[in-house]
Amino acid sequence: MELQTAAYIPDPDGFYEELIDSQRNMSNEEAALMNCKLVLILANHIGDRAVLREVLRCAGGQTR
Amino acid sequence: MLKTYTYPRFNYAPSAEQRNGVVRRHPVVIVGAGPIGLTAGLDCAARGIHAVVLDDNDTVSIGSRAVCHAKRPLEIWDRLGCGDRMVEKGVSWNVGKVFFRDRLSYQFDLLPETGHKMPAMINLQQYYLEEYMIDELRGRNQVALRWKHKVISLRQEADHVVLTVETPDGVFVMEADWVIACDGANSDVRKMVGGEFTGHFFQDRFLIADVVMKAEYPTERWFWFDPPFHPGQSALLHRQADDVWRIDFQLGRDADVTEEKKPERIIPRVRAMLGDNREFELEWASVYQFACRRIDKFSYDRVLFAGDAAHQVSPFGARGANTGVQDIDNLIWKLKLVMDGAAPLALLDTYDEERAFAADDNLMNSTRSTDFISPKSTASRRYRDAVMELAEDNAFARPLVNSGRLSRPTPYVRSSLNTPDEDSFSGRMSPGTNCDDAPIARDGAEGWFLNTLGQGFTVLTFGAAPARKVASGRIGAAVLSVGEDLTDHRSVLAERYDGQPGTTYLIRPDQHVAARWRSFNAAKIERALARAVNA
Repeated sequence: MELQTAAYIPDPDGFYEELIDSQRNMSNEEAALMNCKLVLILANHIGDRAVLREVLRCAGGQTR
Repeated sequence: MLKTYTYPRFNYAPSAEQRNGVVRRHPVVIVGAGPIGLTAGLDCAARGIHAVVLDDNDTVSIGSRAVCHAKRPLEIWDRLGCGDRMVEKGVSWNVGKVFFRDRLSYQFDLLPETGHKMPAMINLQQYYLEEYMIDELRGRNQVALRWKHKVISLRQEADHVVLTVETPDGVFVMEADWVIACDGANSDVRKMVGGEFTGHFFQDRFLIADVVMKAEYPTERWFWFDPPFHPGQSALLHRQADDVWRIDFQLGRDADVTEEKKPERIIPRVRAMLGDNREFELEWASVYQFACRRIDKFSYDRVLFAGDAAHQVSPFGARGANTGVQDIDNLIWKLKLVMDGAAPLALLDTYDEERAFAADDNLMNSTRSTDFISPKSTASRRYRDAVMELAEDNAFARPLVNSGRLSRPTPYVRSSLNTPDEDSFSGRMSPGTNCDDAPIARDGAEGWFLNTLGQGFTVLTFGAAPARKVASGRIGAAVLSVGEDLTDHRSVLAERYDGQPGTTYLIRPDQHVAARWRSFNAAKIERALARAVNA
């Protein structure tokens, strides 16, 4: 499996709105904690360690 | 202060060599009579090596210190004659509970596989462990324990080591063919040989308290992240023998060590944790910081390092004493063969190869646990909290919770002593792995597989073997036949070793697999035997 980098989300504006709305009533700290949960949930959904490493790299993180 | 245990005092006695001023050469001098040095003494005795154990004190460990002892060290102590007594006195446990804030986040069960003589884990105070080993050593003439003997300098010569030792009667000189340094994380011997000791040093301070109380709590490991009684930090509660309970409190980076050690600071913390007015007494407490680091090489010419003197880990996972005991298990048979001239000196190089590999495995696990338990940044703390919040309702998050990964033996999968498989096998027993135990019958009586292995090499055959012994040079291996020498009456041994008829294993003196085949071939066994001693 390779990291899917082509646009893949149907209705991108709708998704973006939903994402922002989901944190509308949160403090910065609450939103930051939720973002961590999002990362963990999505990472588990992907599961593949090579793809996850590619995700970390793609996001600008330091990878091994 | 201690209420449940009376510390024995061991008599200092000046040695004849000190009294007479005659320098004696000893085959082995072991520095430090902690759990690792005492294990080294017992293993030397078991293998017929004359040794002297030196300790600068005259009693056992003050306070409980190393508490959780895993199956593999218990099997090693069983080989050395004192495992049963430890298990009998120790407290066995299987269930661990992890709490986050005021809720149970999840629980795990060690689910020990049946069919092993030794339990997965026992909790036993270090002073008992040491006392039992000292008792056991009393019956071994080859090994002498000398209390109040402090090594103050050390010099390496071409074929021996010269030690200057201080006792209440002054200073004298001893010589040793080999020195085993088991003198702990602050090893003086390591400094004397100029050993590098590098790694991560953690800023967080921790309080350990031993508390005596009558409590009906189940015998489980309870770990709290950010509990109401100790906000922002972690805590651990664990039962030991004699109604003694181990409590750990993470104190953070800025804690005042002198203040935190005072009973008037500790007692309210414990009271808040127990949450009731139950009676308890504080037996012992210590505030510590820890590091994850190791020595650059496990041997410096004729000085060999083991235990905390060679590697230091965080306490999460009980990887300190447990791995140190396995250092000794790996070292002493090699040393014996080299001392006897039966194996080349290069066999000792594999002590560093195999045990540095294991130390790195332990350090990796221990560092990962520490990073989870005491996150170094706001961002990593947030991930930790996110995992903890998710774990309660989401099974996927539970494997990410790391309150310490409990010590397991590291298989020497890449060891140069292994003969790689040429046949295919199922199961866990690949070359380099420690042998699994199994129930067997011998001479009509129930017994355990590991107890049937001798102190030397063993050729294990499933079915009859065409020979009783195999040898390569001066190294012999005794044949142990399943069906003739022992009965696999529950078929567990065959299952664990994938023991189809004809299957043959070569097992090292430390009960690790060196090689295996689907049939008995003396020439192949001889080659594997030579390889297993680096000849």
